[in-house]
Amino acid sequence: MLILECPCCGVLADETELTAGGEAHLKRFGPESSDDEFEGYLFRRENPRGVHFERWRHSHGCGKWFHAARNTVTLEVYGTYSAQTTEPPEAIRQKISGVAPGWKWRLFK
Amino acid sequence: MFDLQSALANARFDGIAQIRELGLQGMITLRGDVAAPVLKKAATAASGTAMPGQRKAVFSDTGGMAWMSPDELLILCPYAEVTDRLEALTDALAGTHALAVNVSDARAVFEVSGPHAREVVAKLCPVDLSPQAFSPGDFRRTRMAQVAAAIWADDDQTLRIICFRSVARYVFGVLSVAAQKGSEVGYFQAG
Repeated sequence: MLILECPCCGVLADETELTAGGEAHLKRFGPESSDDEFEGYLFRRENPRGVHFERWRHSHGCGKWFHAARNTVTLEVYGTYSAQTTEPPEAIRQKISGVAPGWKWRLFK
Repeated sequence: MFDLQSALANARFDGIAQIRELGLQGMITLRGDVAAPVLKKAATAASGTAMPGQRKAVFSDTGGMAWMSPDELLILCPYAEVTDRLEALTDALAGTHALAVNVSDARAVFEVSGPHAREVVAKLCPVDLSPQAFSPGDFRRTRMAQVAAAIWADDDQTLRIICFRSVARYVFGVLSVAAQKGSEVGYFQAG
């Protein structure tokens, strides 16, 4: 069972209280982008064995979206952070580097 | 004249805890920047209480106010006063980016009381409801079995629950099952 702390209301929320929102930090490509870019935005997703960044919604609680950094193998949660950002905060990156040195996720490492 | 009815007309169930539907309750949802002085002033005037902290609820004799999310408050008041209070609130918020709506008839309120009240609710919600972790003054929005609910504690043996009116029958049903005679767990050392 996954337990994430919602950064908006501070609740330690059980997975069943949350809704998964898929991969985090997608860059949107719309009209006037190339076919490749649009295909990548629509379909290409990370499917890592290890460090992963996801979007979650505290749907049965405060209703807000947030980001979570976790490990898909160990199920360790590195932290949750605001949805209003385009990249993981430095503190969480450092924490991940401490546990999983050399990690890499799309553009982040 | 309309014959106003709450969702389940004061239905009740007696098992290891007493479950009551509390009838008509005035409720106003207020959304906006809860840190803004204008909104604070209007909200406290409408509820007759102070501002609640994060995940808290405050009550007075005539009303209450609960923290629903970083930009949402729930004001509780007697059903008959909702229209007046909402009008005053809307006036006070004129020109402010905020929304106040009467949601009294969209919700149902339940009370679960008795020495095993916490157990009954804990069977249905993924929340630590031990007296140490959840005490009077705390307010928690969560999932009750399959639907959304908000919970607060009146005292150590009384919990109140707000859910949507459309699922009131379901909530009453799951609470009644969870409160069946002989289903005590004794985890919180009730009593």
